[in-house]
Amino acid sequence: MRQFVIGLLAALVALTGALGTVSPGAAQEIVIGLQCDRTGPTQIVGTVLCPGFHDYIGLVNSKGGVEGRKLRALEIDHEYKVPPAVESYERHKKEGAVTMAVYGTPQIYALAAKLTEDRIPGTSPGFGSAAAADGIRYPYIFPIAATYWSQGTAAVHFAKQQLGGSLKGKKIAFIFYDNPAGREPIEVLEDLAASEGFQLRMFAVPPPGVEMGAQILDIAQRFRADFVISHLFGGAPSVSIKELKRVGYPLRKVIGFVWASAEANIEAAGGFAAAEGYYTMQFAGVGTDYPVLDEIREMYKKQGKPAPKEMASTVYYNRGVLIAALHVEAIRNALKASKDGKITGVDVKNGFEKISNFTLGGLVPPLKITPADHEGGGLVQIWQVKGGKFEKVTDWYAAYTDVVAKHIKKAASK
Amino acid sequence: MIQRECGVLKTSYEADMALYPLPIAKWTVAILAVLFFAVIPLSLHEYYLSIANLVWIAVIGALGLNILVGYTGQVSIGHGAFMSVGAYTAANLATRLDSPWPVNLLAGGLMAAAVGAVVGIPSLRIKGLYLAIATLAGQLIIEWTINHVTFISGGVQASIEVPRPRLGTMVLSSQRDMYFFLLVFVVLAIVGTMNLVRSRVGRAFIAIRDQDIAAEIIGIDIFRYKLLAFAISSFYAGMTGVLYTYFLGIANYEQFQIGVSIDYLAMIIIGGLGSVLGSIFGAIFVTLLPIVIRLGMEAFGGLFLPQQVVLNLIPNLRLMMFGALIVFFLIVEPDGLNRLWRNIRSYFRIWPFAY
Repeated sequence: MRQFVIGLLAALVALTGALGTVSPGAAQEIVIGLQCDRTGPTQIVGTVLCPGFHDYIGLVNSKGGVEGRKLRALEIDHEYKVPPAVESYERHKKEGAVTMAVYGTPQIYALAAKLTEDRIPGTSPGFGSAAAADGIRYPYIFPIAATYWSQGTAAVHFAKQQLGGSLKGKKIAFIFYDNPAGREPIEVLEDLAASEGFQLRMFAVPPPGVEMGAQILDIAQRFRADFVISHLFGGAPSVSIKELKRVGYPLRKVIGFVWASAEANIEAAGGFAAAEGYYTMQFAGVGTDYPVLDEIREMYKKQGKPAPKEMASTVYYNRGVLIAALHVEAIRNALKASKDGKITGVDVKNGFEKISNFTLGGLVPPLKITPADHEGGGLVQIWQVKGGKFEKVTDWYAAYTDVVAKHIKKAASK
Repeated sequence: MIQRECGVLKTSYEADMALYPLPIAKWTVAILAVLFFAVIPLSLHEYYLSIANLVWIAVIGALGLNILVGYTGQVSIGHGAFMSVGAYTAANLATRLDSPWPVNLLAGGLMAAAVGAVVGIPSLRIKGLYLAIATLAGQLIIEWTINHVTFISGGVQASIEVPRPRLGTMVLSSQRDMYFFLLVFVVLAIVGTMNLVRSRVGRAFIAIRDQDIAAEIIGIDIFRYKLLAFAISSFYAGMTGVLYTYFLGIANYEQFQIGVSIDYLAMIIIGGLGSVLGSIFGAIFVTLLPIVIRLGMEAFGGLFLPQQVVLNLIPNLRLMMFGALIVFFLIVEPDGLNRLWRNIRSYFRIWPFAY
């Protein structure tokens, strides 16, 4: 027994020694810090989004990298908690990351000050502080996709179109998850309610977002909303779809924000047939019909492996590809502008601010990121659940950008 | 043989009342002080210092919770909420009144103590599991209040940025500065707790934990001491919240939700209820374990499995191993890491003899 234990310890020591000599990757690699939530309340997103990110980086590396330099995406999971996110930020910094893909609204709030101090750009696509679109006030935070304010205005614009061109006297219900991320669009929606003349009522769903029967009943039968804007995430959107169907509210009068809009949510609600008519807002293209996705499948075929099953969940997977692609573009811009090939966070920040007209075959909206506007224009697309799959309803658009700009300015002055 | 308890003669009351009367204890404390004040901060990379900072913050919180749960026997799941009370008090004072950090620290602690005393009022009537549910209600109510009262939360985002603490003209911004800043408070907290539990108040707490009816009979005002326990424990929690806010630079109640309360309970249960060293061990263990598991998986996992599978496996395995190790430790030593350490210590006390 004793000899077995000694032998085991010796083997472990030898293994550690052997591993100590294995050094990671080439010296000229560029490190991207990726945070993920594969185990946590939003794991439904993380388990699909992060493979998308990695696959795009793998595709870029297989084609020779960016300007000849290979990329390395270092992923650390943080279970949607803040202390592991802070620790992963420090780890990424230690590994020399020049850019961070942050994940989670409380995480981007917690890291905002550190990112600015350490001068490393961090992206928060589709979540996080909407005021961070102001590139002057928050130079190192990049929403790079429609923030909750832009999503709110886009939803109201869509509702206006669906209700015949005018919202005067109509009733719109806003059902949301009762936390800061969920309450963010409220001030913009109230502003639009005053200017467009519609009646807006809020329906808060307490965390963890699985009980909303009373709110849905209220929306459908007491308030009798003409349109419902749904801002739920995690497991809540599927519950909302089921509840709305149960009270008989037509799903074609409902639009979900970007995190209530994936195949996984629809399937959890009972499948595409059950959720027929539900409108979803997207900040990345949906479906498998994009050249970059074909290239990724090619890459896997060349390696002799089947395409990963995460590709079937196209909404979140494509978002992962979008985020990776924007990081890569920023790095490309930084490398092109750098004379000796050495880039720091500041260079990548400048690289982000040069991104314009990069659409990756339609997967990425035609964002225009400038030093003043880190959001890129707040562009979204609307897709509808129809006939067993998602069908595109509108092309990229942004609505009421003046209202959003006004709120950003107001937030910056505080 | 190593630890000599005989031949240590004291000639003054101060020497008799010292926290560490034995020479070996004095030497150990001196060596640890040198290690933590000089060797570690000057030799480790900033990343490891950031982990150490997280550990120090957890130590203070765990000490506070152990005073309440370990020494007074009042189960509380509201620790996270008291931290957020302290954090938001300090953040509001810092941004509205521009007050310096000592004022914020004290105010945060006192406000949390007041709120803690209020949440602790049910402890007069209920004990054990029922008190746990009552404190859980306190946790959720405080969360909801902060979320919805914009005066406290500073807006819809419920996040308040605080400026970095300044010491004269020096701004404490790097992890190394933070390390020393936090270490001072950790030392104060440890010494304070060690003195508290051997004082009159501490003995009253222990009496309440062991036999509260007998304690009441012999004249200990248990309502007053229970409230005091809640207040002191919440003061520690408030301090933890304020220090955490200064560490991150931002106060956000989502960092102090019920998961955090459960984490701290896990820390003191694994470390050992009712001991200062146990709180420290537990805090170190629970904070470092996920990081160590991840480092281990990253080092070893690449050998056996392809990269994508490893990435998906690491977080899930981390959660599983975390739970498994907690269960394992509690089976091996139900009284926690503190008892494990005491067993090792008493073995070496009479080494090389067996008894």
